[in-house]
Amino acid sequence: MSADLVIIVTGILVAVPCALLGTLLVLRQMAMVGDAISHAVLPGIVLAFFISGSLGPLTALAGAGVFGVLTAVLIQALRDTGRVREDSSIGIVFTALFALGVFLISKFASSVHLDLEHVLYGEIAYAPINPLVVGGTYLGPRTFWTLGIVTVLAAGLVLALYKELKVSTFDPALATALGLSPALVHYLLMGAVSVTVVGAFDAVGAILVVAFLIVPPAAAYLVTERLSHMMLVAVLLGTVSAVAGYYLAAALDVAIAGAMTVVAGGLFALAALLSPAHGLLAHAARRYRSRRAFARELVLARLAALGGSAPEEELARALGWERRELARTLRSAARGGLVETAGGEVRVRRARSGAGRERRRGRSTARWPGWR
Amino acid sequence: MIHLKETEAPPGAFPLEVRGLTAAYREKPVLWDVSFTIPEGQLVGVVGPNGAGKTTLLKVVMGVMRPAAGRALVFGRPFEKARRWVGYVPQRGSVDWDFPTDALDVVMMGLYGRLGWLRRPGRREREIALQCLEKVGMSEFARRQISQLSGGQQQRVFLARALAQDARLYLMDEPFAGVDYRTERAIVALLRELKERGRTVVCVHHDLSTVTEYFDRVVLLNGRLIAEGPVQEVFTRENVEAAYGGSVAFAGGG
Ligand SMILES: Nc1ncnc2c1ncn2[C@@H]1O[C@H](COP(=O)(O)OP(=O)(O)O)[C@@H](O)[C@H]1O
Ligand SMILES: [Mg+2]
Repeated sequence: MSADLVIIVTGILVAVPCALLGTLLVLRQMAMVGDAISHAVLPGIVLAFFISGSLGPLTALAGAGVFGVLTAVLIQALRDTGRVREDSSIGIVFTALFALGVFLISKFASSVHLDLEHVLYGEIAYAPINPLVVGGTYLGPRTFWTLGIVTVLAAGLVLALYKELKVSTFDPALATALGLSPALVHYLLMGAVSVTVVGAFDAVGAILVVAFLIVPPAAAYLVTERLSHMMLVAVLLGTVSAVAGYYLAAALDVAIAGAMTVVAGGLFALAALLSPAHGLLAHAARRYRSRRAFARELVLARLAALGGSAPEEELARALGWERRELARTLRSAARGGLVETAGGEVRVRRARSGAGRERRRGRSTARWPGWR
Repeated sequence: MIHLKETEAPPGAFPLEVRGLTAAYREKPVLWDVSFTIPEGQLVGVVGPNGAGKTTLLKVVMGVMRPAAGRALVFGRPFEKARRWVGYVPQRGSVDWDFPTDALDVVMMGLYGRLGWLRRPGRREREIALQCLEKVGMSEFARRQISQLSGGQQQRVFLARALAQDARLYLMDEPFAGVDYRTERAIVALLRELKERGRTVVCVHHDLSTVTEYFDRVVLLNGRLIAEGPVQEVFTRENVEAAYGGSVAFAGGG
């Protein structure tokens, strides 16, 4: 298999589980938990190393999974004391556990060869030269195995517990009342996030994991209206970021993880700009339309106060508007069949179907007391 | 009509019985030694000022929050053993309206309980959910994302979800808050229909002027239980003033 392909597949194997779990983290407003967990699982990896005597990828994942859940339990317990808020309790727990990991290493592991640099901060460019060899048999790139397991775990969790994850994220009180323990679901999710983060850190490094966990889901959130769609779009955006990022890096000769992150960021910017419901453009267009509608209502109200018709000049004076501004509003009101202008005289038209349609669509912002 | 097999509740037990209930957030008590019993087939208003502990009462009943002392029994048993008979409508302000989900999906969530762990909702659940939306006049909005519904429509969706739960006891937190007149009438009609079918509804309510019209019984709450009983007997100026502390614009019965 070519080195290109190994790197691209590795990127996709990070993007997919991160998109699935990241969607849930973003909706639970826990986006930064991935970053926190990546530090907090360090003592788990070290202890797994002590117990097994070596640091195979699976040992590291297991140790990380256990400590990820422990992290979630501790964060919850600390918050339940009522002394600190959630964000502080995340900060306290992950720094404390990270410090414990550093302590364990410097005290006991300095004599052994435990290459933490590599465990925690991998580099995706090395994926092709890092094969998994068991008993002398070459089994393909190591990242395919670790990340393959991670992807299967994450996808399995999301598929098996889709409705439980959805209801406990959307309405935890209902989930409790229905007997679908949101606490259990929470810890399962945290365990999966821990395994994903550690598996991915090992393979591709820090920035890429946190970016893939947050950015594609955040972009998908802007352009979708159903949870399943949000997950699929996040997976798609993550995959596109991985593939396009690799070719961008190759073309510009820059770091691969950085390029993938940049593409993800670019896709997010596009979503933020173009989203029909939340996008900046749609927002500006809505504001513009409602400003026009408001201006039309002002004109109609003033016309009504003037007895239903008035010369354009007088109307402009009464409103205190520039002639040009009034003319523009009159044109749009005439298009809507609200007014007609003949020989400089503006007149309200009786048929108000245009205004009615506008109000029903909820575009009109003003309820003017002067008319109707 | 909703075609479900009737979930039978054990006969003879009260739908809701609260005994010496005390609840606190950390050390701050919110409910203090509250006891009352709700008979079957009644529309019950839970009334009291902001912060009186009305929402907390529902949370404790539903096992979302553990009481500091006392207990709440649903059909004579702890909530965990009675949850299939209980339907729930949350307070509107507590819902994440931007969550990527639509009306039909929200209603289907009411059916997750009977599905249990791992089983996925299918066509049958979809049909029940659609019928429930139909019942509250919302079937044409089934696929509308929930933030794109008006306040009244949002409230109807959550009522439809409670209907889907096909419960014997309904717990509703301020279903009339922020809805227009038409929705208010529609909700009242629905409550009466539930009552006719022998259901019990416990409904947190904030509008004192409609208490006598809408409810058979009232629970007046302000941290402590002020009074509980048939509206005509306990919804008096004296009791309301005791609950609200001082004079209130009162439009009650007695
Ligand atoms: N999660 C919470 N943590 C701490 N205090 C709370 C919490 N929820 C409610 N409270 C407090 O408990 C009291 C009762 O709240 P609640 O039951 O929501 O009142 P109501 O629904 O009657 O307005 C209020 O003073 C409120 O501030
Ligand atoms: Mg409340």
